[in-house]
Amino acid sequence: MTWALDATLCAMILAVALATVLGRGVFRAIVFFVVYGLLLALAWVRLDAVDVALAEAAIGAGLTGVLFLAAFGRLARSGADAEPPPGRVNIAAALASAALTGALVWAWVALPLPGRPGPELAEALPRAGVENPVTAVLLNFRAWDTLLESVVLLAALVGLWMLARDEAWTEPLGLPQHVRPGGVMASFGRILPPVGVLVGAYVVYVGADRPGGAFQGGTVLAAVGIVAALAGLVRPPRVTRRAWRAALVAGPAVFLAAGLGGAALGAGFLTLPERIAGSAIFAIEIALALSIAVTLAFLVIGPPETGLEDQ
Amino acid sequence: MSGVTLYALTGAALVGTGFFGLIAARHLLRRVLAFNLIGSGLFVYLGAAGARGGEADPVPQALIITGIVVALSASALAVGLIVALARARGRAMLPEEDVGG
Amino acid sequence: MTALVALLALPLAGALAAVVLPHGAVRGMVPALSVAMLAATAVLVAGLSAQAPTRLKLGQWPPPVGIVLEVDGLAAALIAMTALVMTAAALAALRSEQPAAAGARAAFGFWPLMLLLWAALNAVFVSRDLFNLYVGLELLSLASVGLVAIGGKPEALAAAMRYMLFALVGSLLYLAGVVLVYAAHGTLDIGLLADRTPAKPDALALALMTAGLMAKTALFPFHVWLPPAHGSAPAPASAMLSALVPKASFVILLRLWFEAMPDRAQDGALVLLAVLGTAAVIWGSLRALLQTRLKLVVAYSTVAQIGYLFLVFPLAGGGSAEMPWSAGAWTGVLFLALAHGLAKAAMFLAVGQWMAVTGSDRLDAMRGLATAMPMTSFAFALAAVTLVGLPPSGGFTGKYLLMTSAFAAGQWMWALVLAGGGLLAAAYLYRPLAILFARADAPGPATLPTRGMQAIPLCLAGAAIALGIASETPFELLSIGRPAAAEDGS
Repeated sequence: MTWALDATLCAMILAVALATVLGRGVFRAIVFFVVYGLLLALAWVRLDAVDVALAEAAIGAGLTGVLFLAAFGRLARSGADAEPPPGRVNIAAALASAALTGALVWAWVALPLPGRPGPELAEALPRAGVENPVTAVLLNFRAWDTLLESVVLLAALVGLWMLARDEAWTEPLGLPQHVRPGGVMASFGRILPPVGVLVGAYVVYVGADRPGGAFQGGTVLAAVGIVAALAGLVRPPRVTRRAWRAALVAGPAVFLAAGLGGAALGAGFLTLPERIAGSAIFAIEIALALSIAVTLAFLVIGPPETGLEDQ
Repeated sequence: MSGVTLYALTGAALVGTGFFGLIAARHLLRRVLAFNLIGSGLFVYLGAAGARGGEADPVPQALIITGIVVALSASALAVGLIVALARARGRAMLPEEDVGG
Repeated sequence: MTALVALLALPLAGALAAVVLPHGAVRGMVPALSVAMLAATAVLVAGLSAQAPTRLKLGQWPPPVGIVLEVDGLAAALIAMTALVMTAAALAALRSEQPAAAGARAAFGFWPLMLLLWAALNAVFVSRDLFNLYVGLELLSLASVGLVAIGGKPEALAAAMRYMLFALVGSLLYLAGVVLVYAAHGTLDIGLLADRTPAKPDALALALMTAGLMAKTALFPFHVWLPPAHGSAPAPASAMLSALVPKASFVILLRLWFEAMPDRAQDGALVLLAVLGTAAVIWGSLRALLQTRLKLVVAYSTVAQIGYLFLVFPLAGGGSAEMPWSAGAWTGVLFLALAHGLAKAAMFLAVGQWMAVTGSDRLDAMRGLATAMPMTSFAFALAAVTLVGLPPSGGFTGKYLLMTSAFAAGQWMWALVLAGGGLLAAAYLYRPLAILFARADAPGPATLPTRGMQAIPLCLAGAAIALGIASETPFELLSIGRPAAAEDGS
């Protein structure tokens, strides 16, 4: 019975992925991709990876989907949404892709089951300061990855801002939105923020012991901001507003400061002494969630625009 | 075939599907979608590998969450470039690949 | 240890500050930060013991649970070269990337991107964890793409987009290999992988990671993104991108083939890498000969110079490992990498100063510029001496070591590549030099850069020459922690 469930889910995932690549029209490809992300989140639940399922649903399907839909809208304004008609079947590409899949399938059959890192992890986990093993890996054992990852987001945002036109630099971020006051979007935008903020804060809060954490919770908070901006309820800030720029770097800054604090106390760079590891991770997660929320929202809203350039 | 193997094979097939899209598609937005398919296919494969042998290994899960965030960052910059390029050229394709159509 | 933490944390903290602080404060911070980085580099190199590389277990967690950083001679030498190039590029950019000259947008974005690039480079040079290297590479790629796009012109956007696509494919191929490694061995640590029980998918994992890193290093035939990207970035950004960024992915290739999986280094694969390197030398040089824009000449020269680096694989790996000539090949290639970085940055910074005067990087616009700007022109000439590989430059030392090794190994064809590549470099660099030093009317009333500005590329080019004259110190540095596969056999 469970096997049939897994097989059906996998077949659906593959079908939707094929439709994303081969289906007619870029808009439809984006819609298929969002469905794909949601199905994938189910697959993660089936693989006992609830933390990943949350991240996949929030980031992989939700935020990435909005990002692509917004971009599609802008391309349509520039008249660049149309795709050239499909040419001949690209046989070389098909063969290369089949070879890649074949190689991975062969590797799966040939893969040994390693004895690592089970015993080493089991020994380390009780000293990590948090109950959720995924949070322990992210914010303690592999904290250096996570710190670098938080600045990858920042690098992407600064790079994205470099795509603004010089004359638009002092404008608010994103395209100006005009929403009918009584419309669906407006009411949606009024109801969602308080609910979303609560949900986001809760997901960050429980991350220490149960599935959740800064990335998933921050994404929910980002979604709140994006919906509020799309509903025209709030006007996104200008790049020049320093308080918002401080919000972007708060998470990496607190994380780095905690890491350096460990070094200053003689414990070592990025070392969280066992006694205070739990509270230190909690503080880092709060700051990270704030920065992730603002950065993700700004990434989706886009660089500053005047809204006049295409008229 | 166990459930875990089923997901690993699905991951492998997703990588191939996405790779085909990345090479064969000409509209840049679809190429970035294909990039995301490959990434998530690799993650499913890794997640399946971590779920072998009973208890789920938390390390792949942490790596995958990091990977999802990195993929979103790259996608956001790529999509921004596509929009800026289309504004400058009127087409969402690279100049050298923009033949006919 | 403190020096290593400073070299990682300072550029990160600087990047965060550059996002928040007003422009004037950032301009004040950058020189101070560069001085601190140079000082930390000096402490790091001085503290490196000849016996064992410095290791740092992050969070005190031993692998496979935690991530280990390690400073060996290779990492220390590249960190030092990076500090020199970054400092020079930053000083040049203090002038060119001002709001008045480059616009408020570029003046804001340049500094965080540059500092993130610096942090990513240092992080990659010292990391011993394959997934951590993936995150570091992504940071490097996104910051680089941002620096290419900063120019804002349609061709810069197209170049950045093309760069992005290659970077994405490269990341995914590398990631695919990392996934296989973890699935087979349950660890990502290079040291633990060296002692692993070999598994069947190892060769596939190595091939996938290598293909991805080749795309990121711009090895022929994956080089097409590099010239337009490096040609359309602002000059200080081009200097960093061309001198430093390809070295990061190359270092990971060295770590994989010589440290993590030397047992999988099949001779056929090693020769293939060197053949692609040879093709890069020939193709990059021929394309450089045909360019009419000076920045593109210099950028295609990078394609060619990257090719030399891949000669290390057959000369120090596989059947050549632990042979009497392998240490010479290893050290020689690293000399070439260091000399190329210094010389290439000098060239791009010199071209940037000429462009500021003539308003263009067309070769015919540069006629007779040596009269007005002798120091920069001399810097370009010195850098050319290094790239051609003439004595007494660092480029010469590198080529000499590699050639000796090639003859000792009986693989004389690689010596032919080194010699032929030198002749081609002389040919494509002769043209700009002849134009620069041609007799012509001095350029119009444009304001010339100050002597201090002109001295920046000269210092870099001088360092590339000094690398050859005082070659003993870098030679000893590079031997610290040299992988067993590249050690001399007896």
